[in-house]
Amino acid sequence: MTTERTEQTMDEYVTATVGGQRFGLPILRVQDVFVPERLTRVPLAAPEIAGLLNLRGRIVTLIDVRRRLRLRGDGAEGPAMAIGVESQGESYGLLVDSVGEVVALDPKLRESNPVNLDPWIAEVSAGIYRLEDQLLVLIDVDRILGIGRKAVAA
Amino acid sequence: MDDLLREFVTETKESLDVVDVELVRFEQEPNNAKILDHVFRLVHTIKGTCGFLNLPRLEVLAHAAETVMGKFRGGAPASADAVTLILATIDRIKIILATLEREQREPEGTDADLIADLEALSGGADRNADPPERAAGMPPAQVLERPLRPGEDSLEDLERAFRETPVDSAVPKAQAVHVKDEDPAKAASQSIRVPVDTLEQLMTMVSELVLTRNQLLEIVRGQDESEFKTPLQRLSNVTAQLQEGVMKTRMQPIGNAWQKLPRVVRDLGHELGKQIDLEMHGAETELDRQVLDLVKDPLTHMVRNSADHGLETPAERRALGKPECGRVRLSAYQEGGQIVIEIADDGRGLNTERIKAKAVSQGLATVAEIEKLSEAQIQKFIFVPGFSTAAQVTNISGRGVGMDVVRNNIDQIGGTIDVRSVAGQGVSFIIKIPLTLAIIAALIVEAGGERFAIPQLSVSELVRLRRGGDHRIEYIKDTAMLRLRDRLLPISRLTRLLGLETVLKAADEGFVVVVEFGSQAFGVVVDGVFQTEEIVVKPMSSRLRDIAMFSGNTILGDGAVIMIVDPNGIVQALGGTVATQLAAAEAAALARAERKTVKDAATSLLLFRAGSPQQKAVPLALITRLEEIDARTIELSNGRHMVQYRGHLMPLISLDDRVSVKGEGAQPLLVFSDGSRSVALVVDEIVDIVDQTLEIQVASSSPGVLGSAIIDGQATEIIDIGHFVPLVFADWFRGKDERAPARKPSVLLIDDSPFFRNMLAPVLQAAGYDVTAIARAREALDLLGGGAKFDVVVTDIDMPEMDGFALAERLRADARTANLPVVALSSVVTADTIERGRRVGFHDYVAKFDRPGLIAALKEQVDVSVAA
Repeated sequence: MTTERTEQTMDEYVTATVGGQRFGLPILRVQDVFVPERLTRVPLAAPEIAGLLNLRGRIVTLIDVRRRLRLRGDGAEGPAMAIGVESQGESYGLLVDSVGEVVALDPKLRESNPVNLDPWIAEVSAGIYRLEDQLLVLIDVDRILGIGRKAVAA
Repeated sequence: MDDLLREFVTETKESLDVVDVELVRFEQEPNNAKILDHVFRLVHTIKGTCGFLNLPRLEVLAHAAETVMGKFRGGAPASADAVTLILATIDRIKIILATLEREQREPEGTDADLIADLEALSGGADRNADPPERAAGMPPAQVLERPLRPGEDSLEDLERAFRETPVDSAVPKAQAVHVKDEDPAKAASQSIRVPVDTLEQLMTMVSELVLTRNQLLEIVRGQDESEFKTPLQRLSNVTAQLQEGVMKTRMQPIGNAWQKLPRVVRDLGHELGKQIDLEMHGAETELDRQVLDLVKDPLTHMVRNSADHGLETPAERRALGKPECGRVRLSAYQEGGQIVIEIADDGRGLNTERIKAKAVSQGLATVAEIEKLSEAQIQKFIFVPGFSTAAQVTNISGRGVGMDVVRNNIDQIGGTIDVRSVAGQGVSFIIKIPLTLAIIAALIVEAGGERFAIPQLSVSELVRLRRGGDHRIEYIKDTAMLRLRDRLLPISRLTRLLGLETVLKAADEGFVVVVEFGSQAFGVVVDGVFQTEEIVVKPMSSRLRDIAMFSGNTILGDGAVIMIVDPNGIVQALGGTVATQLAAAEAAALARAERKTVKDAATSLLLFRAGSPQQKAVPLALITRLEEIDARTIELSNGRHMVQYRGHLMPLISLDDRVSVKGEGAQPLLVFSDGSRSVALVVDEIVDIVDQTLEIQVASSSPGVLGSAIIDGQATEIIDIGHFVPLVFADWFRGKDERAPARKPSVLLIDDSPFFRNMLAPVLQAAGYDVTAIARAREALDLLGGGAKFDVVVTDIDMPEMDGFALAERLRADARTANLPVVALSSVVTADTIERGRRVGFHDYVAKFDRPGLIAALKEQVDVSVAA
């Protein structure tokens, strides 16, 4: 792992917080932000699958980011939010504690994953931004959705 | 010209497929003149069309083939060589067609070789006047100027057809094209070609429409008096019909995918020196065209496989004591919501030793592992990618793209493939593919606080479990069984299957949904059963597709997302072995046979179907008559279907919105009478009358259904007629005098306007009055003077000759009618007219359009007069 620059060139991100950690998602991949309602559990699914819901006639698979990344905490104090993304024609929602503002970031501030990064986060991280107050983990949408993974991690 | 050419290519391809099949049949039955005639006509048509489109190569080829067939018709023997030659010609035509389709022109080259052979076969001499070179060099403008060839009399027909159409001047070429344009249209006016994309799009839109309809129904369900009810019912009916119609456009008989097979098998037989008999059963079985396209190639591949690897050579077969002619049997049938296709041969069977060796050499398993596997497990290795056991690569199969490709294609459409092989007796492949009805009926159940959908097609019955009830669950260690009649049904709680159960709960309460899947039956215990709903199957997200227990998900009418339980997944989870499944299937068959003979004398039930394939029943004692009426006599009045029945208007009621009143033909009705009132229940089909005890009951949450029972082996809804009759009469006969049901109060209605007479008379009749409607006051006086008795008179005021006021005065003046209540109708209601009316003796005064007011006034007057 050196300081190689990933191919991502966009620099506007939707920020979200899960378990106190800030994350950023490329704005071009974000469809919408919504409050998840009437969630249907999916029995036998991996623990990070929070459930399914009907968002304007589309069935959205909601992924619990906390469980996906094995983050601490039980959940948000207020109502959880979901960030809608699409992948291969399917709709997904990323369940987060809260959604923050859209930030434009200078690519110079971005670093590749530190070697000691938690493996769960490293799996989905496209790099880390050094913000003044804290570090922001850039999320690779396809990787956090786990598309193409063979087995569901236990 | 482009469209014309495209149409020609498509049509000719289809014709050629038929020719293929027919020729193979002809070879087997050389004396069947009918087949030959058919083939001859097809080839002739192809030839004729080629001439018009200036396709000399095709034309000459078709012509030569036609000539040979002409000889057959004339009685020449149809040798295998001759048929092979014609088939080769047909193949050449196909090649030319392929180029034509791609490049809009015939490929370069000559067919002199084939033509020489064909001409040699037909004796050649008489066709010398028509050498191919000449045809090839012919310019298009000369089409009509060359001498007619034999068989081209159709041109004269066209000429005549043209003369009969009023066209004044047209160049000869235009004539030909013009008439040609009409010709196929005439023949094909019953069908049109529609791009598949259009149908697909239509299907998607219908699916969305169904969802929206369901949502609307859900909204209105809770409201008794919704103005949307009637239009929504109509929408619902139309949607259902639309859905069915669109579905139909996508269905095709599987025989379409088999069309090429006789030819394939015949050619293979020749090439391999084998005698092969191809049997095809169930070619008419229909399935979605999308599915059909996907199974076409796998099927062809498998039939080739069977013929090539499966069947032995005649010599080998003789040595084994088998008939020389090998058999490949192809059959298709529908079983539940899926199509089962079986490809079986009576050949040598799979060579398990070779499969083992290959599996080991390919590193799929170690020797130790493979020794532990059963025959059936070993046989499944043939579906592993890159696996082929053919010792040598033949022209036909064994190129390493084998069963794995087949399996892949079948997986794609959500099907399954299985193989059964008995050494020396043959192999059979069993393919199960869904009908892929994107819209299915599903039973909505509840388990562990969640709702799930179970495809209705696989649900055979519902059994209610109660502590101390007839049906109880017994355990063998931890596995639960249900004694159902005289068989043992393996059961499991849905919550347990889905891992929703934290504590192992005794399964002694709830409902058992008996699911039949393939030849297996098992029970799924759920906490509650809701309604049946039409759902649009949406695929699971790719993150969730590995959960075998669900086949998809859907959005319910109330907007919630629910999972669709896959019976196949349950079978796998229950871990039934083949042996126990077969035993269960046998027991089930036995039970079914016995059930037919045992009938307890109890309630007589009328079985019928309405709205869904599910059987419904109603106690026979409640039914007054069974009627079948001409659907055209059904009238629509005030949003309700009505029929004139024994001099009355009888309202028709539907159980739910899925039952539609037929537009034509015979409409079966169940007539229920209560006192003088009759209503008829619209049904699709009257099935049977059975005597049976209603032993198993599942109480229903939906109004109008008492519950479910097992009747004649089927889950049957027992309909609560008491629910439907008041629905009709409550609002229609509001205000009816309940004290005197035997005699209707009589009303004399006088109005000079036929419009109002026609409008008011039915209203009053519907309100329970015997109405006599007349146009003039004078007639009223004549009637009453003649001794006719009425309970009340309703009269218009503004009438010619004698108006309402004058009529009232005359009635008051007559002692016999002095006390007869008179209600006045007027379009103008002012204080003055009311005052004048009171003076002349009107008992009440009602505005003409105030129907409820009129009915209320009548009720009041009749009550007064009866009391008096």
